Amino acid sequence: MEHTRCLSDLRPGERGTVRALHSTGAMRRRLLDIGLVENTGVECLGRSPGGDPAAFLIRGAVIAIRDQDGRDVLLRTE
Amino acid sequence: MGLTNSSTGMGAVDSALVIRREAPTDRVIALAGNPNVGKSTLFNALTGMNQHTGNWPGKTVTNAQGCCQRGEKGYVLVDLPGTYSLMAHSAEEEVARNFICFGDPDAAAVVCDATCLERNLNLVLQTLELSPRVVVCVNLMDEAKRKGIHVDLKLLSERLGVPVVGTVARKKKSLDTLLDALDRVAEGEAPTPLTVRYPQRIEKAIAALTPLFPGRWAEKLNPRWLALKLLEGDEAILREAFAYLGGEEERGALEEAVEAEREELAQWGFGEERFRDLLVSAIVSTAERLCRGVVTQAGSGYSPTDRRLDRLLTSKRTGYPIMLALVAMVFWLTIVGANYPSQLLSNILFWVQDRLTELFALLHAPDWLHGALVLGVYRVLAWVVSVMLPPMAIFFPLFTLLEDAGYLPRIAYNLDKPFKACRACGKQALTMCMGFGCNAAGIVGCRIIDSPRERLLAILTNSFVPCNGRFPTLIAILTMFFVGSAGGWKASALSALLLTGIILLGVGLTLAFTRLLSATALKGEPSSFTLELPPYRKPQVGKVIVRSIFDRTLFVLGRAAAVAAPAGLLIWIMANVTVGEATLLSHCAAFLDPFARWMGLDGVILMAFILGFPANEIVVPIILMAYLSQGSLLELASLTEMKTLFIENGWTWVTAVNVMLFSLMHWPCSTTLITIHKETGSWKWTALAAALPTAAGVAVCIAFTALVRMAGG
Repeated sequence: MEHTRCLSDLRPGERGTVRALHSTGAMRRRLLDIGLVENTGVECLGRSPGGDPAAFLIRGAVIAIRDQDGRDVLLRTE
Repeated sequence: MGLTNSSTGMGAVDSALVIRREAPTDRVIALAGNPNVGKSTLFNALTGMNQHTGNWPGKTVTNAQGCCQRGEKGYVLVDLPGTYSLMAHSAEEEVARNFICFGDPDAAAVVCDATCLERNLNLVLQTLELSPRVVVCVNLMDEAKRKGIHVDLKLLSERLGVPVVGTVARKKKSLDTLLDALDRVAEGEAPTPLTVRYPQRIEKAIAALTPLFPGRWAEKLNPRWLALKLLEGDEAILREAFAYLGGEEERGALEEAVEAEREELAQWGFGEERFRDLLVSAIVSTAERLCRGVVTQAGSGYSPTDRRLDRLLTSKRTGYPIMLALVAMVFWLTIVGANYPSQLLSNILFWVQDRLTELFALLHAPDWLHGALVLGVYRVLAWVVSVMLPPMAIFFPLFTLLEDAGYLPRIAYNLDKPFKACRACGKQALTMCMGFGCNAAGIVGCRIIDSPRERLLAILTNSFVPCNGRFPTLIAILTMFFVGSAGGWKASALSALLLTGIILLGVGLTLAFTRLLSATALKGEPSSFTLELPPYRKPQVGKVIVRSIFDRTLFVLGRAAAVAAPAGLLIWIMANVTVGEATLLSHCAAFLDPFARWMGLDGVILMAFILGFPANEIVVPIILMAYLSQGSLLELASLTEMKTLFIENGWTWVTAVNVMLFSLMHWPCSTTLITIHKETGSWKWTALAAALPTAAGVAVCIAFTALVRMAGG
């Protein structure tokens, strides 16, 4: 079954595919720059010791994104 | 901590770039690339320069250029700031784009990371839209090979339509191949590279605009790219194009057409945001397609080892303890390792002083000359060298090793939460780490922070972490008063722990003042941020040692010595010129004394901090000089004797604590302040950057002293 969740919902080890990007302004451009367009696969690698931000594997690079920003990235997960 | 002549002080800001060709036939080559792909290493290897490199994104914050001679041919290489795209969303992107567009380079090399080629191709494709004279340089081929990633360079070159060269920055031969390819691209017919195809609507709009561009633009600007920019609503580019390339008479018709096409696109639902998304998506999917069959890999660029390391270094349970342990270990190694060479150096240098004295006596030189030059200039220099050189020569390489391995971005990642709680971002932790080396370098490094508000926060609070000029002071006082110089691993472990405590206090102050500023002068919410955690790399130990000693240690030492020599002379004069009953020195010290006593210091100490304004390294030597010139002249061969001298002059453990506190919190050195002024462009912020730590230091020292007195200490 397919669920819609957001990037910040992913627990370490979980994967998803970008369904829509609701971020705006500078954040949107930055996410697009790192290749986070629709249908891109992401994997949550872990969370920092404080619990936020989390690290994600996006197109072979590891990017840390805060929860507040991750909420605007909608995902399809299996 | 990019600490070189060019990155601190006067040479810190050079955003306007003037190309300096050594000969008119020199080729100008632009080096573009994503952050952290080894672009600066490549630049250094090609030019033999020492642009500082580190394994974290956003390291090159200024343009650099260097020359390279090969046989008859000369090249001017321009190292552009690392960017993910050329869409000119940020200052760095604009610098990079404008240079490729209007800087008239003969060719551009886009440096890519072989371990994550697909993402790097975004920049390649965007560069190809600007100029066909491009060589794609797939760097870090050795790294990729180790990770089981194979890149078919020939196939990629066929698909892209431009030369593709694999490089390993350390291998000279691969650099020759790169320069050969650049020669080919610069000399001959321009290649016809792959063009990214956009959705039909957009292609139609492009086709409508391109015939309207003035004819003479064609050889300078790719019409497709220009059309895209105009459709995107970038009016600045049109202004620049007319300014650089002329053709004003055709402006009216062009602007009208742009307006019409934009309106039509909007009607089709391709508004500004959607339009941009479509452009990016087209580029990203083209890169994806290009990579199919070109890159074959067993695993991903993020290897299982990286995964394990990250789990260890950034997890909830082990992240912070390991961070602290690493910091404490670096300090411990510095303290233990510096002890013996420090002693040896001091013995040698003071033996030389005795010989110099004999020489002066032999030449029947007047006493004042011997005093000024040997007891003044030489002795202070000797102190600075013997106290500072050994800890720096150990600390800098150790720190650089951590940096090279890729640990620093993990510190930023680990500390983002606390910094966010103070309305700032984790990248400030990176600039803080650079501050350990040199606050001025840390302040230049603040350019990696995108939000202007958060950047100012990082700049204003940077001097709360002790720079390398202050470490020796802290270490010496800790060892003398709290550990005992008896030695043994227990003692050195204790001083490392205490020093770690002081660093933590500095970090705590950074956070507290960041929070305070966020609530007052720099109100605002934390902005969004992304932070790249680059793959761990095996540090090149030999290179690290050589580089950190020559680039950093000797540079810092040189600066300290340059300040110490005149300061030594000044102190000697002040101690030997009498006005009325007492020397100038005692007059000054006596004047400062009442206030200093409040802070639990004495007039001499406060004066030493004031005279140490050009460089913090000379504070302790000045205190020593001042005490020695007033009391009996003894040979200070060890910290024990130094402690005796201090105690004779009224020091207690309270004085020692206050000196350390004040060393942590007082006005930044002159270089740092000049850098702050350059970076902020404002005297107001510069003054605040000096006032904040000074006020904090004075207040804390007074409070601490009062507390101890109340408690009957």
